[in-house]
Amino acid sequence: MSCIGTNLGFSMDTQLKTIAEILALLPKMKEGAAGIQETLIANLIMLSEIPAPTFEEEARVKLLLQRMTECGLQNVSTDEAGNGVGIIQGKDPSRNILLVAHADSVHSEKTDHTISVRTDKIIGPGVADNSLGMAALATLPSLLETLGIQLNANLVLLASTKGLGRGNLDGLRFFMDNNRLPIDAGICIEGAQLGRLSYTAEGMFRGLITCKLPEELEWQRVGESSAIIALNDVINRMLEIPVPRRPKTSIVLGAVRGGKSYNVMATQSSLRFEVKSEGSEIVREIRGRIDDIVADIASKYNAKIEFEVVSIREPGGIDVGHPLVKCCRQIMEKLDLKPRIFPSISEVSELISRNLPAVTLGLTEASNLHDLNETIRIQPIYKGLAQLLAVLLAIDGEFCHGTE
Amino acid sequence: MELNDWIKNNTIHHSQFWDIKKLVEEKEKQGLKISLCLPTLNEEKTIGKEIVMFKSELMDRYPLLDEIAVIDSGSTDNTREIAATFGADVHLSAEILPQYGEKKGKGENLWKAVYELTGDIIVYVDADIKNIHPRFAYGLVAPLIYRPEVHYVKAFYDRPLAFSQGVRPSGGGRVTEILVRPLFSLFFPDLTGLIQPLSGEYAVRREVLDQIPFPIGYGVETSHLIDVYEKWGMKAIAQVDLDQRVHRNQETRDLGKMAFGILRAFLFRAEALGVIGDLPELNTLLRQFQVNDESFEQIAYEIVEEERPPMIDIPEYREKFGIEK
Repeated sequence: MSCIGTNLGFSMDTQLKTIAEILALLPKMKEGAAGIQETLIANLIMLSEIPAPTFEEEARVKLLLQRMTECGLQNVSTDEAGNGVGIIQGKDPSRNILLVAHADSVHSEKTDHTISVRTDKIIGPGVADNSLGMAALATLPSLLETLGIQLNANLVLLASTKGLGRGNLDGLRFFMDNNRLPIDAGICIEGAQLGRLSYTAEGMFRGLITCKLPEELEWQRVGESSAIIALNDVINRMLEIPVPRRPKTSIVLGAVRGGKSYNVMATQSSLRFEVKSEGSEIVREIRGRIDDIVADIASKYNAKIEFEVVSIREPGGIDVGHPLVKCCRQIMEKLDLKPRIFPSISEVSELISRNLPAVTLGLTEASNLHDLNETIRIQPIYKGLAQLLAVLLAIDGEFCHGTE
Repeated sequence: MELNDWIKNNTIHHSQFWDIKKLVEEKEKQGLKISLCLPTLNEEKTIGKEIVMFKSELMDRYPLLDEIAVIDSGSTDNTREIAATFGADVHLSAEILPQYGEKKGKGENLWKAVYELTGDIIVYVDADIKNIHPRFAYGLVAPLIYRPEVHYVKAFYDRPLAFSQGVRPSGGGRVTEILVRPLFSLFFPDLTGLIQPLSGEYAVRREVLDQIPFPIGYGVETSHLIDVYEKWGMKAIAQVDLDQRVHRNQETRDLGKMAFGILRAFLFRAEALGVIGDLPELNTLLRQFQVNDESFEQIAYEIVEEERPPMIDIPEYREKFGIEK
């Protein structure tokens, strides 16, 4: 590879025999990450300033692939789902480690994507979720080169598309369905939050309920009925659904829209909600109940009420005692990070559902998530990248293999 | 040279220079040193990004730039701190050649950069660009590297949105179209070939920079163009299309001040070159209106376009660069 000529003057022996040897290298890895700060931030700026709402990630992925090509990566390509993939060749071509960052962001292309770089922080829409993850993919070849690290396994860098909301992880799913590489383990990277450790997936579905009343009846039926009243009935009935404590379950009513003005009968309304549970049976049961509620209310109001499931996840995960989880915890503790463990519904859930040992790691401290002034702190990124490198080395050294 | 030929030959799109590796090879072959100068005054929102981008792409990745320097007019925000954090050389304008005093204005910083920076080529880029990209530097430097007869390369920005017909209007901002273009049309018609004569981004060879005077304020770009044209002719000037530039918009009243400064600098140049006759003493006060409790009142702004002499006339400069008088 030939990426950036600034070799920091130390070379890392990657034939590490114990986890302790990897832990001892963490300060060097942090130093290496700090040494390529400008490259990382430049990648972050360029990637983040290209809008990439879900289903429209093409331009951002294209830039990432261009950066990977400039770094001399092998097999830089895109697939039918628009995913971007680059492979850093290892010494043993039969092994592969997958590193995933989702390429899409919650911001529409109309949003001003300009980024501002300050002394200790970077501000702009989507910098944490997930431009920093993408920038890490773009910068990792340089970082490995700077540190003189050559892995045994191939490192598969994947920017996955169609991850958020209605995207329903379709990009990653397509990649996993169609690639032929035997994968040892997966790491999903997110900008936020440093210390995050997700290795289990919750069962989840997200639903959209839309309610429409016939338009022509508007003037006759003032006061009698409205799409808002009908939706209100749906909500009241949903609130009556018993939610068990164990397995841990929740129903979140996220957004309600409807109506036009003060004195006009609403002919349209909608509800967006999410159901999460550690038990798959519960998720199915709740979904069935909502089907019944919607059918019942629709007949009562002579309205067109539709219930659509926009995305869905199966629960699962690896055990807390799995060597991969243990390694991650040891590395985090060595870096003075308190692991924050919570189940995830993001990329890692797709990998786990395929019985692949996988974790999600965060790269830095972030605030104002999903606002226009989303902010990440620069200093903790070095720790975040050192953590990522150490986990990679641990998987590469086969310290993370084992049964659940 | 016919103006139309000049426009055809010396108007270049930055995409011609996409191959930065080749550019660096050519630069090294010629043994050139290139400095980037960012004049600043309270630019904390944009300066960090500019430096990170130029350093990563045009120093670490491709060693095109040998020096990135911020010349600051005394910012009261974190501009200097941020610039230093990301590895720029940061200088306070007042501390460069202090024996010549301190004057306020962008032109002052550009002039002092000629002394402080060491490159054979200096590329000036304004620090308020929101959509910064490496092309802002390499696009301007490239014509100087590839074409020895070119000495002064000016940026312009023209990215058409949707246009159905072949012809569409193009040109500069309000001050360019209302003031500078009419003035050039009257007195220096060749210079009307420049699409955006006031743009703040340009790359220039040292042997040109040290020969021309620097108005310290708004007039510096206009004055430079006239001087380079008079001394070296149109063939020494080129302009590069850098696509889009996003920056903050200025109020019409502020543009009035700018126009006043440019007009003063222009008239002095025209008088010195004998293009117009002798001028009476020019007023330095620009008067604008405001309404206070239904009564109209004037506010007067003093805008003095002072001028720094060609750097070659400064003994300290000749000594630093080993130039015999």
